Amino acid sequence: MSENKKLVEIEHLKQYFHARGTRGKKQYVQAVDDVSFYIYKGETLGLVGESGCGKTTVGRTMLRLYEPTEGRIIYDGKVLFDKDAGISVDMMPYRRKMQIVFQDPYASLDPRMTIGDIVGEPIDIHSLVSDKKERHDRIISLLQRVGLNSEHANRYPHEFSGGQRQRVGIARALAVDPEFIVCDEPVSALDVSIQAQVVNMFEDLQSELGLTYLFIAHDLSVVRHISNRIGVMYLGKLVELADSYELITNSLHPYTKSLISAIPVADPVTARANKRIPLAGDVPSPVNPPSGCRFRTRCPYADERCAKEVPGFKEVTSGHFAACHHLDKVK
Amino acid sequence: MKEKLLEIKDEYLSFFTPAGEIKALNGVSFSMEEGEVLGIVGESGSGKSVTAYSVMGLTAFPGRLVSGTIRFNGHEIHKMTEKDFRKIRGNEVSIIFQDPMTSLNPVYTIGNQIEEVIKLHTDKTAKQAHDRARELLELVGINEPDKRLKQYPHELSGGMRQRVMIAIALACEPKLLIADEPTTALDVTIQAQILELMQELRKKLGMSIIMITHDLGVVASMCEKIAVMYAGHIVEYGTTDEVFYKPSHEYTKGLINSIPKLNTEETERLVPIEGQPVDLMNPPAGCPFAPRCSKCMKICLRQMPPKTQLSETHYSYCWLRQKEEAQKGATEE
Ligand SMILES: Nc1ncnc2c1ncn2[C@@H]1O[C@H](COP(=O)(O)OP(=O)(O)OP(=O)(O)O)[C@@H](O)[C@H]1O
Ligand SMILES: Nc1ncnc2c1ncn2[C@@H]1O[C@H](COP(=O)(O)OP(=O)(O)O)[C@@H](O)[C@H]1O
Ligand code: SF4
Ligand code: SF4
Ligand SMILES: [Mg+2]
Ligand SMILES: [Mg+2]
Repeated sequence: MSENKKLVEIEHLKQYFHARGTRGKKQYVQAVDDVSFYIYKGETLGLVGESGCGKTTVGRTMLRLYEPTEGRIIYDGKVLFDKDAGISVDMMPYRRKMQIVFQDPYASLDPRMTIGDIVGEPIDIHSLVSDKKERHDRIISLLQRVGLNSEHANRYPHEFSGGQRQRVGIARALAVDPEFIVCDEPVSALDVSIQAQVVNMFEDLQSELGLTYLFIAHDLSVVRHISNRIGVMYLGKLVELADSYELITNSLHPYTKSLISAIPVADPVTARANKRIPLAGDVPSPVNPPSGCRFRTRCPYADERCAKEVPGFKEVTSGHFAACHHLDKVK
Repeated sequence: MKEKLLEIKDEYLSFFTPAGEIKALNGVSFSMEEGEVLGIVGESGSGKSVTAYSVMGLTAFPGRLVSGTIRFNGHEIHKMTEKDFRKIRGNEVSIIFQDPMTSLNPVYTIGNQIEEVIKLHTDKTAKQAHDRARELLELVGINEPDKRLKQYPHELSGGMRQRVMIAIALACEPKLLIADEPTTALDVTIQAQILELMQELRKKLGMSIIMITHDLGVVASMCEKIAVMYAGHIVEYGTTDEVFYKPSHEYTKGLINSIPKLNTEETERLVPIEGQPVDLMNPPAGCPFAPRCSKCMKICLRQMPPKTQLSETHYSYCWLRQKEEAQKGATEE
């Protein structure tokens, strides 16, 4: 990782979706609310949190697959979007540099297209080759790069296993020589043994091609394994961010602590000794999130202040950020 | 010896599909005592669900028990008809599935659905069934049970729906609860709540549990015994500690090695199991894991390894263990 060169940066990013309320009242799903972070060139930033907390929305909004409701997006020093300044650049030249790999290896590939054409599509869109032969060679080399071979090019997605389909999805993302890839739960649907194959491939590709990743997953052990730093989201907010080993061993936010304690450890002795920090109740709706700190309805440390004031996202120790009023009390 | 609650011997079960015969179970044998918690782990398609479903008669058409015997709670399951199964299902043995939404009926209230099961298996009156339903919701930790009884499944969160499923499954105090990936669709904090609940209920009610999962973390904390399945075989069986600390089949070892460790400072490169899962239409001759095994020997490709008994509770099917046992025997002589 080349130190301290930020490749992507988001500032106060907000993404509200329209929701149909009762009696036609206008309502908003506050999917992402005031989230800021940056990713260094060559780094992997992990993003974890429970279903619906806004991980995918952050990833897609960063690529401007959704138009942000508010905030700023900066890529390689250039402002791509700034609501306040009224900046919204044409994304076409950036689409090549910023790619996405999806969670579901079954739904994300068109069943009527051959593997070769799926991988070739972005090459055509960006007119990256001048003739058929060059196109073919490029497709084959991409397939080889992800551990498939030329023979696979003429087959269809249904003939492949989950792990192989995920490789096809990665080859498609790599087709345009991207610099930055949003990996949205790319291994969640795979069996553990296959998951390890794909995780290793992501690591190899990163070191060979110098890629930068936003790696989204709900499995903290996988995220811990692949990421340099990890951000934790809860109900549209980023609540903590730190170096990944620091986050696992020295978490500060009550939600992160509970999340880590809930992970089933694949080691019987540790598992028996493990004390879970139970969280009461369910995640509230992002349409009417709790006032103040959004975690307060489930937080064992919540008090009046938490209901009134939104906790700021502050740097507590060097590089370790958290958003909570009572960090001194949290055990 | 204690009476066995469940005893499966040499079960072969296939699905006869238009495309051909899928050999889902290829000689599965194991037994469970009363009150025991067994985890079945293995990759998707390895036969975990089919093994458990066959106890309830849920593998009918195009599935067929080709050979073998299944004894459960005094019943000869392998001889039973659908009519017999209806008497024990939901009564002596119940099941909870991965996705509670598909097993709850969207057009009936939670109350209706729980009371239905109670009335089917007992001669309780409507009033008694209602009271029991309320009691069950309290048992599974749902607050405001009176309000919930009147609600429809879509009005509840995923975690709450899974609690309702558990309430329905426990309505008649079954001897055996089969939990098929009960927390796979849930978030970790909700998963932790449900696992805790299952452990509590088991202590309270004393039933046996078969926990089907691909998550080794879930079995490590929940189960006493573990069966590891691969391609329709139980390739290793033992206590939780035996399987985790003395894994004795190359597949089990591979499985344990492929999990990323959470709290080591340096992350080591993962050791995946190479290759692809077995095609059960054309399973390999010999050891089913041979095409992916890094220790594969010539004999592995030809002949299915026999059982090696490693302790009273621990066994595996691997030629390497056979070799080791033979060498041990030779030096002892
Ligand atoms: N296009 C959309 N229109 C309306 N609401 C949306 C849309 N996309 C997402 N949401 C809502 O925004 C919130 C955040 O969703 P998002 O998909 O980002 O969550 P996530 O953290 O990726 O969850 P998961 O782990 O389930 O993938 C959710 O409440 C979701 O229902
Ligand atoms: N109703 C069915 N029809 C045809 N094949 C089936 C059916 N149910 C299961 N199978 C096949 O039996 C094998 C074992 O399945 P299963 O027990 O569901 O695996 P898992 O270990 O994932 O629970 C798989 O190859 C599966 O495709
Ligand atoms: S701000 Fe208050 S409610 Fe929020 S996490 Fe901190 S203590 Fe809990
Ligand atoms: S029997 Fe042979 S192929 Fe099978 S797991 Fe053992 S060593 Fe590997
Ligand atoms: Mg998502
Ligand atoms: Mg299954």
